Amino acid sequence: MPSWVDLISWVCFVLGGLLCITGGVGLLRFPDFFTRVHAVGVTETLAAPLLLSGLALQLGWTLDLVKVVLIMAFILATNPTATHAMARAALHGGHRPVIFGEESERIDSEGIDSEGIDSEGIDSEGIDSEGMASGKMASEKSTSGEGPSSKN
Amino acid sequence: MYYAAVIAILVTMALALIRAFIGPSVYDRMLAANVFGTKTVLLIAVGGYVLSWPAFLDVALLYALTNFVGTIAVMRFFEYSDQASCDVQDGGER
Repeated sequence: MPSWVDLISWVCFVLGGLLCITGGVGLLRFPDFFTRVHAVGVTETLAAPLLLSGLALQLGWTLDLVKVVLIMAFILATNPTATHAMARAALHGGHRPVIFGEESERIDSEGIDSEGIDSEGIDSEGIDSEGMASGKMASEKSTSGEGPSSKN
Repeated sequence: MYYAAVIAILVTMALALIRAFIGPSVYDRMLAANVFGTKTVLLIAVGGYVLSWPAFLDVALLYALTNFVGTIAVMRFFEYSDQASCDVQDGGER
């Protein structure tokens, strides 16, 4: 007959394993980089403390418990930081989130995304309205910038 | 129950490896590497307890530290190397 501590730690192990697999499937099947970041960042931040707390319940009051708590605190501090930093780096590096429903032919945007990012950067995508708006602004500014220069 | 957790972690590591191989952009590969590193920490922690390794939690703690520093280093590298081509367009737009 298992004790209550064993039962709670087993529940933690099973829930942590389920969240692990959920994050892995989301990482493999979601269509965009930002959705993959979302899937992995959310599930991993809960899965790692669940697995480690299940382990800590099995360990009891030993020195290893301190190490497990240290690992848990470190993962809880660094994992959202790393996820946020990666999403920001992708946003700075020219990735734009794929927005479905605006243009129906952009549904298979994964191939376009990879080709566009590797070859030419932002302007080859043209998916989002923000990029188009900023492109229009750039063209306006370029025309207004050409005015005084042509006068001079 | 330990083996269920270990198998779940191994399956997740395999899925992250598949994403790292087929990932379209370099950020996908970086994200998959980060997931792989975190799951390595968890695998060492849980599997080391199951197999009763000596000092397995020290190894797991070291892996956690190394994984975070490596992810941040690679991320900074790609952020600024890709920004070199993008920054001109952004500055021109603003």
